[in-house]
Amino acid sequence: MTAPTDLTIAEARAALAAKRISARELAEAHLAAIERLKDLNAYITVTAERALADAAAADARIARGEARPLEGIPLAIKDLFCTEGIRTTAASRILGTFVPPYESTVSARLWAAGAVCLGKTNLDEFAMGSSNTTSAFGNVVNPWRRRGENRDLVPGGSSGGSAAAVAARLCLGATATDTGGSIRQPAAFTGTVGIKPTYGRCSRWGIVAFASSLDQAGPIARTVRDAAILLREMSGHDPKDSTSADVPVPDFEAAVGLGVKGLRIGVPKEYRLDGMAPEIEALWRQGIAWLKDAGATIHDISLPHTRYALPTYYIVAPAEASSNLARYDGVRYGLRVDEGGDLDDLYEATRGAGFGAEVRRRILIGTYVLSAGYYDAYYLKAQRVRALIQRDFDEAFRSVDAILTPATPSSAFAIGEKQDDPVTMYLNDVFTVPANLAGLPGISVPAGLDAAGLPLGLQVLGRAFDEETVFRVAAAIEAAAAFDALPQVRAA
Amino acid sequence: MTYTLEGRTGTWEIVCGLEVHAQVISKAKLFSGAATAFGAAPNTQVSFVDAAFPGMLPVINRECVAQAIRTGLGLNAQINLWSRFDRKNYFYADLPAGYQISQYQHPIVGKGEIVIDLADGTTRTIGITRLHLEQDAGKSLHDQHPTKSYIDLNRAGVALMEIVSEPDIRSPEEAGAYLAKLRQILRYLGTCDGNMEEGSLRADVNVSVRRPGEMYRTRCEVKNVNSIRFVMQAIEAEARRQIEVWESGGEVQQETRLFDPNRGVTRPMRSKEHAHDYRYFPDPDLLPLELDPAWIAELKAHLPELPDAKAARFQRDYGLSAYDARVLVAEQATADYYEAVARGRDPKQAANWVMGDLFAALNRSGRSIADPPVPAASLGRLLDLIADDTISGRIAKQVFEEMVETGADPVAIVEARGLRQVTDTGAIDAAVAQVLAAHADKVAEYKSGKDKLFGFFVGQVMKAMAGKGNPALVNEALKRALS
Amino acid sequence: MSLDAETVRRIAALARIRVKEEEVARLQGELNHILAWIEQLAEVDTDGVEPLPGAMRMKLKMREDVVTEGDLHEAILANAPDRADNALGSFFAVPKVVE
Ligand SMILES: [Mg+2]
Ligand SMILES: [Zn+2]
Repeated sequence: MTAPTDLTIAEARAALAAKRISARELAEAHLAAIERLKDLNAYITVTAERALADAAAADARIARGEARPLEGIPLAIKDLFCTEGIRTTAASRILGTFVPPYESTVSARLWAAGAVCLGKTNLDEFAMGSSNTTSAFGNVVNPWRRRGENRDLVPGGSSGGSAAAVAARLCLGATATDTGGSIRQPAAFTGTVGIKPTYGRCSRWGIVAFASSLDQAGPIARTVRDAAILLREMSGHDPKDSTSADVPVPDFEAAVGLGVKGLRIGVPKEYRLDGMAPEIEALWRQGIAWLKDAGATIHDISLPHTRYALPTYYIVAPAEASSNLARYDGVRYGLRVDEGGDLDDLYEATRGAGFGAEVRRRILIGTYVLSAGYYDAYYLKAQRVRALIQRDFDEAFRSVDAILTPATPSSAFAIGEKQDDPVTMYLNDVFTVPANLAGLPGISVPAGLDAAGLPLGLQVLGRAFDEETVFRVAAAIEAAAAFDALPQVRAA
Repeated sequence: MTYTLEGRTGTWEIVCGLEVHAQVISKAKLFSGAATAFGAAPNTQVSFVDAAFPGMLPVINRECVAQAIRTGLGLNAQINLWSRFDRKNYFYADLPAGYQISQYQHPIVGKGEIVIDLADGTTRTIGITRLHLEQDAGKSLHDQHPTKSYIDLNRAGVALMEIVSEPDIRSPEEAGAYLAKLRQILRYLGTCDGNMEEGSLRADVNVSVRRPGEMYRTRCEVKNVNSIRFVMQAIEAEARRQIEVWESGGEVQQETRLFDPNRGVTRPMRSKEHAHDYRYFPDPDLLPLELDPAWIAELKAHLPELPDAKAARFQRDYGLSAYDARVLVAEQATADYYEAVARGRDPKQAANWVMGDLFAALNRSGRSIADPPVPAASLGRLLDLIADDTISGRIAKQVFEEMVETGADPVAIVEARGLRQVTDTGAIDAAVAQVLAAHADKVAEYKSGKDKLFGFFVGQVMKAMAGKGNPALVNEALKRALS
Repeated sequence: MSLDAETVRRIAALARIRVKEEEVARLQGELNHILAWIEQLAEVDTDGVEPLPGAMRMKLKMREDVVTEGDLHEAILANAPDRADNALGSFFAVPKVVE
């Protein structure tokens, strides 16, 4: 029999329903795995007692025949989601010992669907990063190793803890958030599936904000079907979030397996970067071939402003972040550094000590681009380019149903690599950022290994609120790729 | 006549504009479901949104938007169908998020105007630049601890309307009249209670001075002046300070100042020393506010009659003087009271009773027109008793006093005290005969030409009839008897 | 546009982040490097393009004017680094502010 930690969510759901396994067994197996693999540093907080209590309640409901959609499924929550009574850190020192007196809408939905809470996963501080090395709680280790090498690799970021936990079998699925690629890039780096849904699909209420106009929650899981199962429970209109969309939530799982026959797949030429690894290029071509074989038609498209997406993002996101993070001031919650000076001294000391280098850098950039005399040249300019990027996609989606691109320009790198220059690090998100700027759904699905044996992902982008097509295409790639490589470090 | 101040070197004019922060009347806050009631224990009306906890998001309160629209309509202003919320970023202890959600580039209400009434009976039109919605900040208490300030966030997030005037105001009197008129309109509309002591209405005053014929000179902003009287004093004090600076060869620096009512001077605000850079940008947690014209039309249809229109109607329909009309419309409750009394009666007589006897009674009892010692219906019945000759005007005064004291109905008082006027000519003739008989000497004097004694006879007859004789009939009977 | 040391200090002060004097030069270099990279946006022709603040293409919804939150002061103050209680009630405390 498959080890409990190796089950997919769909399999665990069936096993629980058939009483072949109990929620308690599932939870205990995961808690033991988390304990054994704690060197991965995937979790900031493990909620063992809560997990066992949730599991007991789930078993009771299953026994009564009252199982809900995720009854007994053990999940991890990115430590950016506020969880009532459970310390929430955003991987920053500045939140101190903050314990939220409320539950984020997305996590509340998961608990209401019967999921079991294993704990809170590590991330880049305030979700700012692509390597999970900016966490105040230490970096996360990617469970994958380069062939013949024992160096620790990064899991990607910012949802590196969630991705590593899913890949290493430390949970069946996890929540994550994606502002510029923070779901899709770590999913690609860890051989997992991660979807950033349409902006407005999941409520942002109770998620520590990074850049409000870009932030979107989504799941990371091991299969496209599992991601679809989780996303359905996470989605839905929330009157507490003014940017939450009041649109029906389809049964995403039903879309998985519908096939891609007749779908028109766009291939944007601007995603072919100079000096891109030949393996990435090859994988992309492979993906095109798989989809063609499965009955889709392939179309060359142009998204002319693609190369301006990253610089646009690095104005918009820091600008919003500089304002969103002003609330961390040492007055109402979190860290306070009081050296006996006046209120401004308290602010400066608290924020100087509480924020790490990358967060500080982005707050300063954001403050600068909004400041008097620079607003038009930077912030307003970026908003205009953002409009052009959205226009590019509108144009493209007139002739295609989905867009296929690589998920990342490289596979996972070693901790310390790419760290000397922030801009080099930012380039990790070159393929993922445009979807955030345009608010579109995007999924990363593992499609193969590079020469070093590290997973690579393909990205599928769709129209706003058309995650179903995204899942259909992703499922077709998943089926064709038959990706069955396993990370070297994993439970069971 | 232009208002001027005399300096050492000549004459100066004042240029002044007001930024008024009016607290919107609503049950819940602008972006949260916390209550807005005044006077609650500290931090008991604070939601996680108001305290800017991680992950909290604003959702706009429809009624606050409606109130802003009503106010805009009341100021004859343009309602913008598309407006937007921006963040104004600055750090302050009572600003939990580190930004205030406000409207900067695209306010909900554009240009409008207010007609102010001056003491000499003239009016002037003051332009309104804009009205926008924004959040209030919390309150810092500086007197609770020797080295700490205490923060109460009850007010944080309460909806404010910031109403900005054009720099059209030219004297302290005009500023006072502007604020009084604005408050009156807001109270009529029911969009702000106008209570300056509780801080529901706060004024920031922009003041500059200039030589006659000049364009504008540098202005200073005097923040948070909390009464109409202080606004007038602050403008004069600030203008005099600026004149002194200019006349001694200096230059007025643009800055934010505070008015000290005890010393009657303004002083620079210490906490606002370093230059602000508010880094306004559209709040990404909110979408643009798009208004449905049908909704605006509906709000307009339900707008109450405003004071200027009401005063004009009182003059037209009730034949009142401009002054009386203005006094009676000062408060909606006064106007309503007056109309309840005047309806179907002599409107001038009603005005005299309301502005005379009723106002005096309010003053004496310390009660407000909203809670009058004599209900409008009772005063109306009293006037009816005069009109149908049941009692005389003089007896009515006496009845009114008793109504004030006991709250009793005038008809009951008249019956209980037997104050019904005597119109029986037989009884009157008898009383006349009795008085003339008792004062035969005076009758003789009268008949020899001392006409003035007629008033004496009237008084005696009324006295004999305990004041209840119908004055006209008594006069007639006396004339007949004495002729 | 490249920012000088004084601008770095001004921006840090605006953001209320203490930057040690010895950090200014390094930060100045990092920020200028990022800004130089960002400035490639200047080459995009955006004449006549309406700025897009967010990707959400929906109308703002409004809440009804209903009080939905009761007295939360214990929860609001539970994480406070310096909470003060006196006869008036409960407060957040900060170093004294002079207005
Ligand atoms: Mg102002
Ligand atoms: Zn204001």
